[in-house]
Amino acid sequence: MEISLRINGSAETLEVQPQVSLLDALRDQLGLTGTKKGCDQGACGACTVLSDGARITSCLALAVQYEGHEITTIEGVDHPLQEALVRADGLQCGYCTPGQICSAIGMLAEHKEGMASAVTEDDEVDELDEEEIRERMSGNLCRCGAYNGIVEAIKEVAG
Amino acid sequence: MTTAQKPTGAVGKPLDRVDGKTKTTGAAEFAAEHTYPGLAHAALVHATISRGRITALHTDDASAVPGVITVLTHRNAPPLEPVPKTSPLDLSSMVSGTSVDYLQTDEVYWDGQPIAVVVAENAAAANQAAALVRAEYAPSEAAVDFTGAEANARPQPSSPIMPAGAKKGDAEEALAAAPVALDLRFTTPPHNHNALEPHATVAVWDGDRLTVHEPTQAIDWFRAHLAARFGLPADDVRVLSPFVGGGFGGKGAVWPGTILTALAARATGRPVRLALSREGVYRTVGGRTPSIQRVAVGASHDGKLTALVHTSVTRTGRVGGFPEPVTTQSQHLYAAENILLEQKLVRLDLLPNIPMRAPGEAIGTFALECAIDELAYELDIDPIELRLRNEPEANPLDGKEFSLRTLAESYRQGAARFGWHERTPEPRSMRDGRWLVGMGAASAYHPAGYFTADITVRLSADGTVLVRCGFQEIGTGGATAQAQIAADALSVPFQAVHVEYGDSALPKGPFAGGSMQTATVAASLLEACKKLKRSLRTMARRTGGDSHEEVLRRANVPHIEAKVGSSTQLGRKSDQARFMLRLARDRRRWVRASTGAHFCQVRVDPDTGEVRVTRWTGVFSIGTVVNPKSAVSQLRGGIVMGLGMALSEETLVDPRTGRIMNPSLSEYHIPVHADVPPIDVSFLGTPDPTMPGGILGAGELGITGVAAAVANAVHHATGKRVRDLPISVDKLL
Amino acid sequence: MPFSYLSAPDVETALRAVADDEDTKLLGGGTNLVDLMREGIERPAKVVDITRLPLGEIKNLPDGGVRVGALVRNSRLAADHLVRTRYPVLTQAVLHGASAQLRNMATVGGNLLQRTRCLYFYDGAAACGKREPGSGCDAIGGFSRNSAILGTSEHCIAAHPSDMAVALAMLDAVVEVRSVRGTRRVPIAELHRLPGDTPHVETTLATDELITAVELPAVPVAANSRYRKVRDRASYAFALVSVAAALGVEDGTVTAARLALGGVGTKPWRATEAERVLLGEPATDEGFLRAADAELAAAATTPHNHFKVELARRTIVATLRRLVPDGRDEESTI
Repeated sequence: MEISLRINGSAETLEVQPQVSLLDALRDQLGLTGTKKGCDQGACGACTVLSDGARITSCLALAVQYEGHEITTIEGVDHPLQEALVRADGLQCGYCTPGQICSAIGMLAEHKEGMASAVTEDDEVDELDEEEIRERMSGNLCRCGAYNGIVEAIKEVAG
Repeated sequence: MTTAQKPTGAVGKPLDRVDGKTKTTGAAEFAAEHTYPGLAHAALVHATISRGRITALHTDDASAVPGVITVLTHRNAPPLEPVPKTSPLDLSSMVSGTSVDYLQTDEVYWDGQPIAVVVAENAAAANQAAALVRAEYAPSEAAVDFTGAEANARPQPSSPIMPAGAKKGDAEEALAAAPVALDLRFTTPPHNHNALEPHATVAVWDGDRLTVHEPTQAIDWFRAHLAARFGLPADDVRVLSPFVGGGFGGKGAVWPGTILTALAARATGRPVRLALSREGVYRTVGGRTPSIQRVAVGASHDGKLTALVHTSVTRTGRVGGFPEPVTTQSQHLYAAENILLEQKLVRLDLLPNIPMRAPGEAIGTFALECAIDELAYELDIDPIELRLRNEPEANPLDGKEFSLRTLAESYRQGAARFGWHERTPEPRSMRDGRWLVGMGAASAYHPAGYFTADITVRLSADGTVLVRCGFQEIGTGGATAQAQIAADALSVPFQAVHVEYGDSALPKGPFAGGSMQTATVAASLLEACKKLKRSLRTMARRTGGDSHEEVLRRANVPHIEAKVGSSTQLGRKSDQARFMLRLARDRRRWVRASTGAHFCQVRVDPDTGEVRVTRWTGVFSIGTVVNPKSAVSQLRGGIVMGLGMALSEETLVDPRTGRIMNPSLSEYHIPVHADVPPIDVSFLGTPDPTMPGGILGAGELGITGVAAAVANAVHHATGKRVRDLPISVDKLL
Repeated sequence: MPFSYLSAPDVETALRAVADDEDTKLLGGGTNLVDLMREGIERPAKVVDITRLPLGEIKNLPDGGVRVGALVRNSRLAADHLVRTRYPVLTQAVLHGASAQLRNMATVGGNLLQRTRCLYFYDGAAACGKREPGSGCDAIGGFSRNSAILGTSEHCIAAHPSDMAVALAMLDAVVEVRSVRGTRRVPIAELHRLPGDTPHVETTLATDELITAVELPAVPVAANSRYRKVRDRASYAFALVSVAAALGVEDGTVTAARLALGGVGTKPWRATEAERVLLGEPATDEGFLRAADAELAAAATTPHNHFKVELARRTIVATLRRLVPDGRDEESTI
């Protein structure tokens, strides 16, 4: 099937089988290999990209379903969080890092919109404290255990 | 003169890692991302019995899938040379994950063993076809139940390098006579490394030359093993591994995927990529052994240890595996008058185990450090005070000298940072609102040493330095640390140093394991820098000149290079011999280890038993801290993995079938962001006088002692002793 | 496995597509179906993408209820002000499920139909009567820590994994279903089936039916409701036990109570026995415990999941205790 979508700001037309995930389409057809495959079943967050600004796991997204959407991958990201992560050493092997970054960008937008999390008390969404960041980022696993640095970097850019 | 330049003092500075930008922009190219014209894709078919023979393999449906190039089985696969015999004189001989000759036999040795490889034009077709291969088996009786096999355990093979036990006095007798004694049984389940990057191989043949892209912790050993299996001179094999998406031991051996990808590429004449699924990693890459441990301690009323017994039962596979040194730390941590250490093994029809972060000490410290805490309660002595009373002056077993022993200082500093004095010792005595609060402590211990490495260092007339060594960057920040060391050794700015690594075409690097890579590379780097400066001084006597650049310019040479090690056959052999001699000599002279003290605070929900770790302090002694920023990350990483081990991680091997039932990241629970509190890590910073650059290891130390600190804190919070990991809610109800 | 794909532009097209071919699956957010297809557990010949259907609205109903379109994403449902105010239990249940990424994808309709996480259901080498009718159940006698203790049969002990559906069960939600034959309304209690001897038949929906909306009736007591989930890590894991509860208390006596359980039932488990006991009881730990015990008396356990009885008792009590006005949340008496 032929599908058209916008990826990192430019229009792309792809020929894909229906069973092909957005993740595989990005990596294998577009050469956008910054988005990683850690589990291929929505359990690790390494494949996180933004679809119309919302973070999704691209491994469970069929590419054909995203016809007409605006997809942002790590290759299209230019965000202060990237440098903040390096300063805070919020990465080691680097494999989960693109997913952490895309997820954090989506997360900051969700928070700005006033969306609560499982640890938001009494429905009052206010400051993005560490507990909130940790809960909201829990869909992104890091086996190197760089969590402290990731949270520190997010706090820094969240202001 | 060149020596007149001021030292830059890069070592000890918390510099950002040099590959940070590459990794935060998506530019880092991991193995599975390498592509070649004509690239074909492979998928594995796994056995679903633990032991027996394949009687039939139906591959027609698979072959009929559009895009399938071939289905390789034991009936049609090209031959492989057998797995080389292991030799203590050649560490690379130990790199094979199993002794099985994949696709050369109809025998099945574990549930998950690859029994066919599908090669197709694309990964989707390969996966689809692999699911269509059907096997019939003649199963034979398999031993797969670890707990049930305990009675059959046999003593672990012992060697001077890895002793499987130790004895001083008569510990059992002393235990029986001790005024206060405890005899405890602990268990730990199997674990899997679960590096976020699944194993992947891209193999390309050019005539009889083989190139392999694969994330590995052992580039040189991989090369040696691949050469042996395919009957090639080592020089005709190239292994590239510039980025490794986490290792933790899981990428330290050659597993079937690597061999079969190269075999598939040879069979098809195409470059082939095999990117394992997460389940594929569980089925073909070994994990950490489970253990059953006994720790018995006897003491006088004032807390002097009179007896320490630590025994373990672990498993290997029938076709390989690593006898885990569970009692190592118990040789060195306490000044007990009588000591008995024993390690036993059972061999099961399971995928062989392999080292996982701090093999031995990670699980051994859990049992030992919980037992010490229990003894402290029995004696009514503060657990840290009890440890200090039994802190040895010299190695408890034989009086050998400690190269650096600062554990007491770690406890003193840690207690102050953590606020240990606020702890009321009575279990269930501390609360935070409705939560029960507990504090626990435990020691961290990991042996130190270093391998050998070849290296070249080149100083150019433009003032830049190029360091070349085929070591592995598995996330430790190795290139950054070595650049810092080179900068100081050559008195150049840190930014002037560039480090090349991750390629077998470079001078031979060490294994990234045993927390030894940084010290190993540093040893050769420092020696090469010394040589280089000597040459430069000689040159400068002739040319004159105030700076490196000036000297080289006047000498009219573009650069000057120094080299350590030799890649010739003879060079490698003498290297190996040198290493073994040094190892034996050093072991006779010193006990070397990195050490530390963990402090953990938990809160436990009094209704449900949910444990949350809320605070952590660790004070560690890792010798010279080359880069405090990445060193803190190493220690934190170990602690986070320890939290998983303490609270949630367990590989479920069905004792009825030997099959791993939770081969996924959704059902094997590694810690997520929400599980990890701020972790306060600090270092004592004293260099180890017997190690190159004073450097001890940092990668594995962090995980040791963590599960014990958590268990001790949970006891303090709840009054319950959980001696079987993980400490899940069901054990606290 | 390959399949053909149709993106349905309107409800009628989707309904016709599923009516014409039994081997067709409706695809919402994909968070469960795509995984199951990749695992070879679901093998439809055709997939009809319904995410472009106009079923994404949340509407206030005149009777004080709320109508939620079947394609409302979980994250939108959790963010909705009306839902948050009237049914905090539902907001919390959704936020305790999966991860933010998955909640941005998963739909309300799909969440209701998500399939079990039983380890033996997911393993093609194991016997599972849900996956292959009549093949038995390897979870019995195997790793059944995440299996159910209520509503089980000798053929299947798989737990329903949804958090959201537990809150919906508590709220007596009504599921609106359409097919080419017309529209019908299914009370949530009648949507999911117990496994019995046909564990592969999980709902009362026909293969050609499409969930179009979920209607939440007015439940005044739900303004004082909570969702509590106990799992093996702090976030991003399926429930061992979860409790959705709403409580009305006057003068220390329970005047209204709603309770549903997750992680323990073969379907989202409405705890009607417990509710019956609660009414008129004193709002104390002792009263709550009696109610919990009444519900859990029917539990059938394995050595691996026996702890869930005690964990469920305690979680029920703890959740109800927090709903008592001016309750003493500081103290646990169990």
